[in-house]
Amino acid sequence: MDTALQGTVTASPAPWGRVRRSRYLADRALKVVCALFTILGAVVLGWILLMLLVEGIGGLSADVFTHTTPGPGSQGGGIANALVGSLILTTLGIVVATPIGVLAGTYLAEYGKGSKLAETIRFVNDILLAAPSILIGLFVYMLMVQPMGGYSGWAGGVALAIIAVPVIVRTTEDMLRLVPGSLREAGAALGAPMSTVIIKISWKAARAGMVTGILLATARIAGETAPLLFTALNNNFWFNPNLMGGVANLPVMIYQFALSPYENWRELAWAGALIITMSILALSIAARLILRKEKAR
Amino acid sequence: MVALSQERLASRKNGSVRRSSQPGFDRVFRIASLGSALLVLLVLAGIIGAMIYGGWPAFREFGFGFITSSVWNVNEDQYGAWVAIVGTLSTAVIALAIGVPLSLGIAIFLTQFCPPWLKRPVATVIELLAAVPSIIYGMWGLFVFAPLFAKYVQVPVSSVVEGMPIVGTILYARTPSGVGVLTAGIILSFMIIPFIASIARDILDQIPSVLRESAYGIGCTTWEVVRNVLLPQAGVSIIGAIMLGLGRALGETMAVTFVIGNANRLSGSIFDPGSTIASRIANEFNEAIGLQLNALMALGCILFLVTFVVLVLARLLIARVRTA
Amino acid sequence: MSPIAVSASNAIGNAASADVGAPVRIAVRDLNFYYGDFCSLKNISMDFFDRQVTALIGPSGCGKSTLLRTFNRIYSLYPEQRAEGQILLDGQNVLSPSVDVNELRARVGMVFQKPTPFPMSIYDNIAFGIRLYEKLPKGELDGRVEEALRKAALWDEVKDKLRQSGMGLSGGQQQRLCIARTIAQHPEVILLDEPTSALDPISTGKIEELIEQLRSEFTIVIVTHNMQQAARISQFTAFMYLGELVEFGPTTKMFMNPSKKQTQDYITGRFG
Repeated sequence: MDTALQGTVTASPAPWGRVRRSRYLADRALKVVCALFTILGAVVLGWILLMLLVEGIGGLSADVFTHTTPGPGSQGGGIANALVGSLILTTLGIVVATPIGVLAGTYLAEYGKGSKLAETIRFVNDILLAAPSILIGLFVYMLMVQPMGGYSGWAGGVALAIIAVPVIVRTTEDMLRLVPGSLREAGAALGAPMSTVIIKISWKAARAGMVTGILLATARIAGETAPLLFTALNNNFWFNPNLMGGVANLPVMIYQFALSPYENWRELAWAGALIITMSILALSIAARLILRKEKAR
Repeated sequence: MVALSQERLASRKNGSVRRSSQPGFDRVFRIASLGSALLVLLVLAGIIGAMIYGGWPAFREFGFGFITSSVWNVNEDQYGAWVAIVGTLSTAVIALAIGVPLSLGIAIFLTQFCPPWLKRPVATVIELLAAVPSIIYGMWGLFVFAPLFAKYVQVPVSSVVEGMPIVGTILYARTPSGVGVLTAGIILSFMIIPFIASIARDILDQIPSVLRESAYGIGCTTWEVVRNVLLPQAGVSIIGAIMLGLGRALGETMAVTFVIGNANRLSGSIFDPGSTIASRIANEFNEAIGLQLNALMALGCILFLVTFVVLVLARLLIARVRTA
Repeated sequence: MSPIAVSASNAIGNAASADVGAPVRIAVRDLNFYYGDFCSLKNISMDFFDRQVTALIGPSGCGKSTLLRTFNRIYSLYPEQRAEGQILLDGQNVLSPSVDVNELRARVGMVFQKPTPFPMSIYDNIAFGIRLYEKLPKGELDGRVEEALRKAALWDEVKDKLRQSGMGLSGGQQQRLCIARTIAQHPEVILLDEPTSALDPISTGKIEELIEQLRSEFTIVIVTHNMQQAARISQFTAFMYLGELVEFGPTTKMFMNPSKKQTQDYITGRFG
């Protein structure tokens, strides 16, 4: 054979089998332990969901959606006011947070590239992203509840907005950074002003990611309890339409009812817990699906 | 560069027909963006200001003793933070002691062992642990975990260690109800898993594959590659991820409030009830008036300082991986 | 003749001539390699001779790195990659599942394109690999580390800072550290995957000298995209194209008088 020069194969001189057993034992142990830890994580999630289904599904009746929360010692009741209150507070929070978060993220990604100010804001935003939400509740209590002389849905909405803003800022900035610079240059070359380039080109290109950020922020604030405790509090009746005074909401209702001595309260707490958790998980999964679909494109 | 292209755009616009409306909007948009970004700074400043302003009367009344005193007596209007500080730190330490190995194990599983088809579902499940509201963890902890924990851990362990030195104190439950400092720490450990695990996973994924290959190339097993090469290479970033988890554990409120037992005294046993800064605030705030309210604000101020330092360190160490 | 070919043929004089009578260390038989469904090595059969340097050349994507990565089964880190056929190392088929893959990798050392010092001290970078397979007393281990660093021509530069991190060395020093780390395990074969492509010309020269010296002890297979380098340091050269072995022979013959037109075209720079 002229291309593959071949000679004689010699026999093996050195014996195989020098690997110590202990090394493989350690390796196998790592594999098993890591897999077990992962399974444990999944089991905790599964167990929590199972608990919610077992305890909550029995309490889900038409009354739950049509009646307001019952007073102490009274029978039956529902959580209609808490459901609507939660929807309103969450919507309020997101409606306030979205323009601020999107604009701030836009500043960081488009205007403030490389500036010291943007660097500082990014740093502070990352800290707010992980800051304890109870502190934001205290802040809004000092900012609004005390000066206005009482709890209000407005204060609750602002507290939720402050929690949502950092999430939206972060995702908006990250998504805008993925938009190739050449797209912007092409826009600028047509003579479009910076704001038009951002709105018509950058935002459009990053749209799916930005929507994901807003959905994730919604999921984040929908289950927040601690900040509402000091701002919107709770209310066993239909709240005042001007949102002054306590506004019923699911998380605080669950907190108060779950620890109460009344059977029907606890049942409503479980029903509320089931509804809120499933909604939040659905939102989180939807956000991920949108992002994945976008990435696949 | 941005300023330059701005100028160029501006000069182009001068010659354009649409100059009447566009330049005005362009400036408004720019100012609105800057203003929104500055609002982020303002919120942080506001939190600091509110905490100091609200807590000031308590700090003035009790001085440094506010931190070191373990008296919290509403009737006599005497307040000290020590019990809550100890509770906060001990639950956070327990949460890290359990949560860090779990999180790193999960990150290693996802990056080294997981078959490709299983990666995405497993990663999603772990991330969803972060989506479950804190209050739901609290309910699970109180109604499901605590009774089992009392029956299968607290009672048997207490009967074994009773009378022994040191462990006889730390691991002895006077009233094995299932709630307490250790229970809170365990629940917290599950809650911080998604944060530490997902950042640790990103860090491990970012290590160049050629380094991993060359470690395998000298005949390392996976365990040896992970322990001797990948984890040291990830180094301080992993510590940053852990600090981020610590920040979460320190400030977590509702879940802890459900399972810690809200006791006002110090105990040598981690099976006994206690309280954290956050749980104390959540429990008492709505009924608090006068100096008690200021004392709770002062507690918030301490919590803010501690988590702020931890989160700044975390952020510096991670050097912006991802914080979802 | 193009300038490349001229300089390449000038360089050939530097390398020792091929020893066709040397025993065979690695015998490749009917090797096929797949990335998923894509077949990237087709029916490769060739021999690698004891204590000779064999260079694998060819345009990028021709499969030369893939071939190299089958010898220590490093490809098996990626589940979608698989090899079929036989690779006999001293008569033992290393593709057989019964062969301990970790031990194989200690016997067949590999140096990568980019220097990859481990995040530990210079000393530990070397000692780590030895400790995996041998339990040695401290003094003996020190000796092995020194021996490896001397053979890699690095000892004089690092002997006073063995406890410092290996990441602090220059690129060329890091690459020699990686070579030292490999030879410290006393492998039978050393695989070099474009080991100088990330280095400056002076560091490249040092590594080439080093390869020439290591040839007295080890069987060496080197992948290179640099034809002068292949001509300078190898005794045998294999030219690959589109996953096939086009021509294999003594380096002198390959560069002076190739028998295939494709080889001639590649060497004279007409394509690739």
